[in-house]
Amino acid sequence: MSEHIDRIRDIAQRLLAEGRVDMIVGFRKGTLPMMNEPCFIKTPTAVDQLVWDSHCGINLANYLVDRSETIGVIAKGCDSRNIVTHIIENKVDRDKIVIIGVPCHGMVDKRKIQSLADAEIEAVAEQKDQLVVTAGGNEMTVPKKDVLQENCRVCIHRNPVIYDELAGERTEEQSDVDRYADVHEIEALSPDEKWHFFEDLLAPCIRCYACRNACPLCYCPTCFVDESRPQWVGKGQDPTDVRTFHFLRAFHCAGRCTDCGACERACPVGINMRVFTKKLEKDCFEQYGWEAGLTLDERPPLDTYRLEDPQDFIK
Amino acid sequence: MQNPYLPYPVRIDDIRIATEDKSLKTFKFVFLDPDDEDRFAFRAGQFAELSIPGVGEIPIGIASSPVEKGFVTFTVFRSGVVTTHLHNMKIGDIMGIRGPLGNSYPWDLLAGKNILIVGGGFAFTTLRSSIVYMLDPANRPKFGDIDVVYGARTPGMLLYKDELVAWEKRSDINMHLTIDAPAEGWQYNVGFTPPITEQKAPQGDENTYAIVCGPPVMIKFTLPVLEKLGYAHDHIIMSLENRMKCGFGMCGRCGIGKELVCKDGPVFTLDQINHTPREY
Amino acid sequence: MKLVSIDKKDWEKGIERLRPRYRLFGPIREKTYHAFQRLDEGQLPDLAFANTRLSPKDIVFPQSKAILECSLDETKADHHIMKSIAGDDTPQLVLGIRPCDASALTLLDLNFNTDEVKDPYWIQAREKTTFFGLACDTPQSTCFCTSVGGGPFDEKGLDVLLVDADDRYLAKILTEKGAAAMQAAGWQDESDANALLERRRGAAEERIRSVVHTDRLKDIDILRLHGAPFWEDISFACINCGTCTYLCPTCWCFDIQDEVHQKTACRMKNWDSCMYPLFTHHTSGHNPRGTKLQRLRQRFMHKLKYFVDKHDAGIMCVGCGRCVHSCPVNIDIRHICNLMNQYSTEDACEAQG
Repeated sequence: MSEHIDRIRDIAQRLLAEGRVDMIVGFRKGTLPMMNEPCFIKTPTAVDQLVWDSHCGINLANYLVDRSETIGVIAKGCDSRNIVTHIIENKVDRDKIVIIGVPCHGMVDKRKIQSLADAEIEAVAEQKDQLVVTAGGNEMTVPKKDVLQENCRVCIHRNPVIYDELAGERTEEQSDVDRYADVHEIEALSPDEKWHFFEDLLAPCIRCYACRNACPLCYCPTCFVDESRPQWVGKGQDPTDVRTFHFLRAFHCAGRCTDCGACERACPVGINMRVFTKKLEKDCFEQYGWEAGLTLDERPPLDTYRLEDPQDFIK
Repeated sequence: MQNPYLPYPVRIDDIRIATEDKSLKTFKFVFLDPDDEDRFAFRAGQFAELSIPGVGEIPIGIASSPVEKGFVTFTVFRSGVVTTHLHNMKIGDIMGIRGPLGNSYPWDLLAGKNILIVGGGFAFTTLRSSIVYMLDPANRPKFGDIDVVYGARTPGMLLYKDELVAWEKRSDINMHLTIDAPAEGWQYNVGFTPPITEQKAPQGDENTYAIVCGPPVMIKFTLPVLEKLGYAHDHIIMSLENRMKCGFGMCGRCGIGKELVCKDGPVFTLDQINHTPREY
Repeated sequence: MKLVSIDKKDWEKGIERLRPRYRLFGPIREKTYHAFQRLDEGQLPDLAFANTRLSPKDIVFPQSKAILECSLDETKADHHIMKSIAGDDTPQLVLGIRPCDASALTLLDLNFNTDEVKDPYWIQAREKTTFFGLACDTPQSTCFCTSVGGGPFDEKGLDVLLVDADDRYLAKILTEKGAAAMQAAGWQDESDANALLERRRGAAEERIRSVVHTDRLKDIDILRLHGAPFWEDISFACINCGTCTYLCPTCWCFDIQDEVHQKTACRMKNWDSCMYPLFTHHTSGHNPRGTKLQRLRQRFMHKLKYFVDKHDAGIMCVGCGRCVHSCPVNIDIRHICNLMNQYSTEDACEAQG
């Protein structure tokens, strides 16, 4: 368990006891190794259920919209940026959220860990920045930094950007990471190679929409894939429809995505669809100097227009 | 093996605007293959999937009666993709019908009984099918008294007005037509369906069954009235709606509890409905 | 039941003999997991797997299939008259399906092949497909087939059961279809190693660690269970994606959608999920299951209660563990089934302090 958990539980207990919130949204221990389950608690005595460790990659900002309660939510860096976006987009009332900020050292990717083991993993214990992995009766020690989620590996906003309570010491931000190394690799491919790359990437997609539903940004009452008047996208497995879903969804997240990795984490067939949102994130950064969810005082690029906005795509 | 997904081809033979606001139209279909009409033999209370290739399908109660031969009619409310497309179609257009689907009103149980029919708005379609069936000379002797309470917002929103007026004049059926508020030239009752039911409907007893079809708000206020009149829950018959696709109990979406509205229903007694989760 | 020994040295030869007679399917490793795929020329099934990420149900129940079509061109005589798209009758053989997935097919039969109405596409696919199962020696921690009337060496839904016996496979022939395939492959050496098979079965069953209780489900009142207080707590994490329903070998819900390509209309049958809001959405805007709680409750009430009441076949689950393993938020059917099974109205809701 992370060193933050005691502070988190204390804060949660106080908030509930004082009646400052109706419920706390956090994690409880999952039924499988490397998994925690998002949960809510409403009484101070239940705070011992809350857990916090390196398996808390799910973005809890996904659980805040369309609720009437005052909610205390545990938020790491990326989650807090999504909360900022929710506030700017009027999906959440700032007065009805109490943010328990948690500085994050990166969440681990259970698939990366499983690929290091020959047998099914039975348990994973955390010891500071090492993981002790038990599989097939054997133990092995793995440095956490070797099995971080891809988005955590290149994260430059580990500290919450907005919070009401802080559950730990601020952590140093990573500065020597190339956020767009993967995007550059793809940009360097020829058109044919790019086509095959994306064809291959999206071939396993089963249209389960786990990526969309895990994403805090995707809160449309009716998603564009479900519209019928007019119908924009077919519902079968035609590759054109599958690709349309992914491309359009990425565009709907342009300028808003915080690269929390919830989409890739949720995908049951392991598609790395972050390549699309990373490309759009890079474009927003390079063209508009924009990073999503860092401040409540500015509106995102797709919301605003400045005379000096780049226009070189107009030929 | 019959393919339950395959519609019988039909031609639109007639289209009538059914209500003054044009939101409902009555379509008369003729089967391209006359043998299909025999295969489609149905009982009053059943529904069919009207199938428009390239557009979709909609589950609609059959408004024509089994005793009316040579065609089938449906009264359709324009609300979504398929119904809007249907409303824009012309006489002579070809489309499809799948059916008959569903379990129909329990005609075996109703033989020899008095029947009270309570209908509201455009839910009257399968009730028309039932009334025409019962009034047919071959069938009338099988039933006791027949009372009908049917209400709509205005006279122009009542379905099958000409027939209603003709039935009103008959002595073998008691019609209690009603509209919400007074209107010029209206000779019958004024008031919402539930209070008119309370005033005009016969008492419930062992030998009397009520068939109720209407919008949720009408049902909500009519059921207490029927209980007050002494109708037991297994003597109150209702027809439910739910989102459907296959219509024959396989695609799984129209279920309420363990019942599938398209296959185990859409006709249920209130007693059955009270024992299932309220998810319809 | 005839028991045949297939020397592993004869495995490939036998498969090559089967290839001209059957369209072969087997598990193939795709990146980080296995999936059932059509075996190309010379391709062998990779049987070094626990189970495939997606169930093999899509071999007989494809995720997306055009079932009817017609021309919209009004100059054609049969315009707007839909016709069934005939599938082919080429025999198929699935090598390496696990007993849980095979028994799931018998549950799907209860939906698609009833006395009153039969799905011709399902029937055709079932009739033309032969299933060679592969018994599980090392069940996973998430497997609970033995709790639901199945087992790692179970035979339901299979035509042949293969047991890996180191240098050979023991093949238990269960049906005529199985016998025909074995003969076509030239695998005919009879074996009397029944005792070995039984020992392996026992050892495998001992390794199953997950236990799920279902004995009281039939007796609990349906409305009480529907109104139980624990649904709010267990549905909170759910994100209403389709992962559980699409990976599940026993889920059968589908959608019917029309598509138009130039002047041809076709009617598609696509998998659908009760987890999606659109599933029960009426055109009027009314949605009987408009909230996440209602939809999650529906999934588990259907599988663990409505199905139990309607059929005499236990719960609508074969214990494969895919939903447990792949749910992005760790909703666990084992936990929920136990919660439901032990529910009585005297219990207070334990989940919330």
